[in-house]
Amino acid sequence: MLSRMAGCLYWMARNMERAENTARLLDVSLQMSLLHASSQDDLLVPLDVTGSTADFLQRHHTPTPQAVLHYLALDGDNPGSIYNCMRSARENAHVVRVKITSEMWEQVNGTWLEMREWQRRGLDTRSASTFLEWVRERSHLFRGAGYGTMLRNDTFHFSRLGTFLERADNTARILNVKTKQISDNEPEAENILDYYQWAALLRSVSGFEAYRDIYRDSITPQRVAELLILRNDMPRSLRACFGEINKVLARIEGQAGRAARRRASEIQARLTYSSIEDIFADGLEQTLDSLIDDINLLGKLIHHSYLETA
Amino acid sequence: MHQITPLDHTHYDEMLAAGQEVRPSYQHFASWLNQATPDWLRNKQAEADTLFRRVGITFAVYGDESGAERLIPFDTIPRIISAAEWKTLEAGCIQRVTALNRFLHDIYHEQDILKAGIIPAEQILTNAGYQLAMQGIDLPRQVYAHIAGVDIIRHSDGGFYVLEDNLRTPSGVSYMLENRKMMMRLFPELFASHDITPVEHYPNMLLDTLRSVSPPEVDNPTVVVLTPGQYNSAYFEHAFLASQMGVELVEGQDLFVKNGHVYMRTTSGPQRVDVIYRRLDDAYLDPLAFNAGSMLGVPGLMSVYREGRVSVCNAVGTGVADDKSIYPYVPDMIRFYLGEEPILHNVPTWQLRKAEDLAYVLDHLPELVVKEVHGAGGYGMLVGPAATTEEIAAYRLRILEDPANFIAQPTLSLSTCPTFVEAGIAPRHIDLRPFVLSGKKVQLVAGGLTRVALREGSLVVNSSQGGGTKDTWILKEDITC
Repeated sequence: MLSRMAGCLYWMARNMERAENTARLLDVSLQMSLLHASSQDDLLVPLDVTGSTADFLQRHHTPTPQAVLHYLALDGDNPGSIYNCMRSARENAHVVRVKITSEMWEQVNGTWLEMREWQRRGLDTRSASTFLEWVRERSHLFRGAGYGTMLRNDTFHFSRLGTFLERADNTARILNVKTKQISDNEPEAENILDYYQWAALLRSVSGFEAYRDIYRDSITPQRVAELLILRNDMPRSLRACFGEINKVLARIEGQAGRAARRRASEIQARLTYSSIEDIFADGLEQTLDSLIDDINLLGKLIHHSYLETA
Repeated sequence: MHQITPLDHTHYDEMLAAGQEVRPSYQHFASWLNQATPDWLRNKQAEADTLFRRVGITFAVYGDESGAERLIPFDTIPRIISAAEWKTLEAGCIQRVTALNRFLHDIYHEQDILKAGIIPAEQILTNAGYQLAMQGIDLPRQVYAHIAGVDIIRHSDGGFYVLEDNLRTPSGVSYMLENRKMMMRLFPELFASHDITPVEHYPNMLLDTLRSVSPPEVDNPTVVVLTPGQYNSAYFEHAFLASQMGVELVEGQDLFVKNGHVYMRTTSGPQRVDVIYRRLDDAYLDPLAFNAGSMLGVPGLMSVYREGRVSVCNAVGTGVADDKSIYPYVPDMIRFYLGEEPILHNVPTWQLRKAEDLAYVLDHLPELVVKEVHGAGGYGMLVGPAATTEEIAAYRLRILEDPANFIAQPTLSLSTCPTFVEAGIAPRHIDLRPFVLSGKKVQLVAGGLTRVALREGSLVVNSSQGGGTKDTWILKEDITC
């Protein structure tokens, strides 16, 4: 396949996944900020995770719910806003329109047309949850249409690769930011705030029910980390994402991606054969920092091997 | 009964002869049409629009980011050509394109036709479409115009005339194919009652043509379609043809030149490219050889091309042969190279660079059609009978500024064909563009693109000017009455 086409498929999927993740983060943060309105910390989380705190503060000064919502959802000047992610997903899809199925194209194009309506109408904290739910649904539809209709060839593989690399990156980042935030809390036994923050984190990755099903016990940082890093049966966990990434990389035609494949396998091996006790012994923050670096590097290798070949 | 009356008797109507008598080729169709209710037909027309929009057969409109691209109107009433007429058209097109390819080879080599004094040398050698870089280059099978779209009209005398030869990057073939698919879907019963020659094998024929002109030493040539990109108005067609042929649709940035060959960047590394079906003008092909500012082309492509290590279709420099100032000489080319009389007529043409022609045309502007020599797409022309006095006066000034830049032709009465319009079924003017492929041999699928001017009385069929399209049926055998 043409590198440019592969790049468009990859970025189409990454942008759609990023829009969904941003929506999840925003949803939980807005709810948390209602819980204890005095603190701005929860509002800063989605900005921290998306690496846009500095840009935001420079332009808006105070993180009010309304300002954060607008900035991350609709702001045309924020390259990471949901609006711009969807625009980019649609632009990339337009290039590969003949490669993807018509169902998939109609999903992406329809989403973009509706997104423009949302932007035209604007959002406030009351309409926010309807919008954020809509974003999640559109992302589900996009993945479902792709999974349900696409031929299992490189067109499919590069789109899946984008989805899971973006998801892995997001799970690692969100866990990392929360870990830092929670460790800043007052060290009290049975800190009630901790409970809500971990629960919110779980909700943001659709992991709250999963946690209850698996552990049937109170929420502890160790178990949350285990669920989101090491559990293979948790679809947004790092290990599950890397399982998919490795599967997809192995199926891409040709031998151009050796370096990317090797790196992805190494990360996968580490996730498969680590225990949560090892990770806590090494320090959760350090482990997550190095995983984020690894994901970043893997992204670069994928670019170099497949998407910008000379 | 649908009331279909010819506009007047100065036009040839494809369906109705004088005295409302239905022509033999339309007889089955006319009786089918008689029992179809207007409402049912209207529903079918709406169904076609929905389907076209869903498949995405649209053409991009510049600056529109809503994704709601414009549809080229499709008309459900077919244009039917009898087997005997097609035989003439086919032979005429093959003859014409054969001569044009001979001509192109000649002017880039021995220039016999110039030496023989048939065409003034300065008209070729100073022509903007003439590429010095092509002199002395030997192309596979000596073919230049691999894909030609010959625009043909039928005059009130019932005869066919060639309006122009499109030898650069003729478009519209995707509509020929999609229109047929649509008609078979909407009216399967018509295909059971008519013996219509199929056109669906065109992409296959095109791929064979392209592969047959690859650099000679290549066993299994890799073909690509080169597009200027998704904002080009014909992008749909580029994507469509690439996918129908099963080859990659590339942009300039996907290709690069290394060690004397052209490669495309793929996910499994560089892959050699042997034949480029380009839908990009000469000027944009290679920033090193032509327009240095072009971001659409491939730096170094021309040097590989000149060494014969890649084929470019159509060849570089074909524009000189479909220039309107060269058009008047095509009948002479046919006589010169083939020793035959032209099967298809040219439209009589005044060349305004000639003093006596200029004088005549300036005296008769209200009756004539005047065109720019390098113009295309129906832009920048004057249709005398339809123009206001002011428009004619303004155009006269343009002509006087640079007479050599214009040609003039009599206002042709394009034939009409019944067409579904708001008021019902009414005659509208049409033309025909068959697509001629030249490779191992010169051939065409039996069919073409019929364009229709949807506005009453309008003679401009170009899609950019509000024209629509029709399915074109070539009957396998004529109905004898």
